[in-house]
Amino acid sequence: MGLLQQLPALQVAVPLIGAPFCALMVRPRLAWMFAVAVAWITFAISIALLEQVLDAGPIHYTMGGWPEILGIAYVIDPLNALIMVLVSGMAAIIMPATRIGIDVEVVHRARHLFHTVALLALAGMLGIAITGDIFNLYVFLEISSLASYALVAMGVDRRATRAAFHYLVQGTIGATFILVGIGLAYMMTGTLNMADMAARLPGVSHTAPIQAALAFILIGTAIKAAIFPVHSWMPNAYTYAPSLVSAFFGATATKIGAYMLLRFVYSVFGADYAFGDMKIGWVLIPLGLTGAVAGSVVAIWQHDLRRMLAYSSVAQVGYIAAAIGFANRDGLIAAIVHVFNHGLMKGALFLVMACVIMRRGKADMESFRGLGRRMPLTMGCFVVAGLSMIGVPATVGFVSKWYLVSSALDAGLWPLALVIVAASLIAIIYIWRVVDVAYFTDPPPGARDEAPAMLVIPAVVLCALCIVLGVWTDLTVGVADTAARLLGGAP
Amino acid sequence: MNEFILVRVVVKIMVPFILLFALYVQMHGDYGPGGGFQAGVVFATGIIVYTIVFGIRRAVEAVPMSAVMGMVCCGLILYAGTGFATMALGGEYLNYSVLDSADPAHGQHVGIIIIELGVGITVAGVLTAVFLVFAERRARR
Repeated sequence: MGLLQQLPALQVAVPLIGAPFCALMVRPRLAWMFAVAVAWITFAISIALLEQVLDAGPIHYTMGGWPEILGIAYVIDPLNALIMVLVSGMAAIIMPATRIGIDVEVVHRARHLFHTVALLALAGMLGIAITGDIFNLYVFLEISSLASYALVAMGVDRRATRAAFHYLVQGTIGATFILVGIGLAYMMTGTLNMADMAARLPGVSHTAPIQAALAFILIGTAIKAAIFPVHSWMPNAYTYAPSLVSAFFGATATKIGAYMLLRFVYSVFGADYAFGDMKIGWVLIPLGLTGAVAGSVVAIWQHDLRRMLAYSSVAQVGYIAAAIGFANRDGLIAAIVHVFNHGLMKGALFLVMACVIMRRGKADMESFRGLGRRMPLTMGCFVVAGLSMIGVPATVGFVSKWYLVSSALDAGLWPLALVIVAASLIAIIYIWRVVDVAYFTDPPPGARDEAPAMLVIPAVVLCALCIVLGVWTDLTVGVADTAARLLGGAP
Repeated sequence: MNEFILVRVVVKIMVPFILLFALYVQMHGDYGPGGGFQAGVVFATGIIVYTIVFGIRRAVEAVPMSAVMGMVCCGLILYAGTGFATMALGGEYLNYSVLDSADPAHGQHVGIIIIELGVGITVAGVLTAVFLVFAERRARR
């Protein structure tokens, strides 16, 4: 087999084997360079995979050469190819910034293992996305989750440990729910391969274990995706983790949860069963939209801006959940596109927090006073990503909101379209609060002190992508459209 | 527990045999019950018993933390590296058949022994590391 055929295995194996090599490197600078190289190679692989998928259709790769039903198969379609581009792309953009970022925000005794754990988290998330075997998905879920708990606990704030423990307990409950669901489905079908299971499920779908399996998996993925009201691990975890970790997880971790939900509903249980017989839309739409409104409202009163961003993430995940719940083609496109787009903007916003913490030591409202003049580039990024968060035209936020509203209208639920618009308007308030403080208050005495280039450049790159992909939507909407067609659209 | 001579003597005699038994479980894994994970646990048990009886200082002299971390990493590299080797030989990731082109079944045999060794080394390392980290916290206090 040539290199091109091996890409699916390399996508996960490269960061996975990179992690122990990283741990063996004694000099921190060397470990950092190595981790950056691994992240960029992984990113290149994911782009190559996306191109292959778009050219030639879904790719199947069998681990160890065992037939797909016996062994573990990796199946790549446009949906997970796009998710992998997002995850590895965020890693590639954020990893270079960690060299200076971890000196300020990671406790001293954990610094030498930071890059190792980051690569493990990356390998785990890519594994969840790429695999076509549901037990393998659970294994990668544990790899990425355990690495995430460790990364959150590395924050310098002492409360990081408590936040990580809270995250660990809730995350483990979520993973256990998913495992129980997988076990029940395995009991009734006798297979763990997603495609095989999807073929066998209709015969037993009326049985109580399968109904319970869907319920368990729905709750488990909801916890992992931080859908309201099981989001409570997220605000503390993102507030006290190192900001670069928050940037990476804010952009990817909850998105992987949303991806798992999509994958289970569309590729395993089938949209007809999940939305038609089991009516999970009745759960996802009310919870999603309540989360969208409540998250946005709570974000307004937060003093620590990282906590504000975390609550804003609760709201954004709410939109994604509602979009999945609408169960029509535009809704599916909106969910996929918003997963990608929200990753870009939340990544950019958390990188801005990293810049501010680098210069001011913390990221509360006081430290933003006059930053428009003290750190113009950083605040410029905040404004662009913030506008995108609101959903202003010509930004990525607008594209996903557009599909979301049109999907609500397609579903015949026009009052909910108004709720979505109203929740977006609330976003104006919490973004404006910060802009007001940064540009219209007098800066503290001192000269201009822009954050180091290594931190600002990734933020600028992400903001540029927010605008470029907001105008040129072929990548996101185009791929999401193909993915939606392949997944079978809607019942 | 250093004050009980009986415990000290028995453990001193037992530890080499525990470690040897771990190797037996490791190598016996493809014919009977056992394998890398169990072997790793037994091996770590040997080190942990030694630490409990003779104290953390002497244990760390015998197995320094850097060596333990090395074990954790090397086992994983051995496992994943086998996958890269099979890819270099033209098979899928972890397709051991290509390790012996003349006799694929023998290749499978070789492959499973190598990766089980990787599992054993990593599990022994991880369990020892977890124990030593907690034991050192107690000792520092």
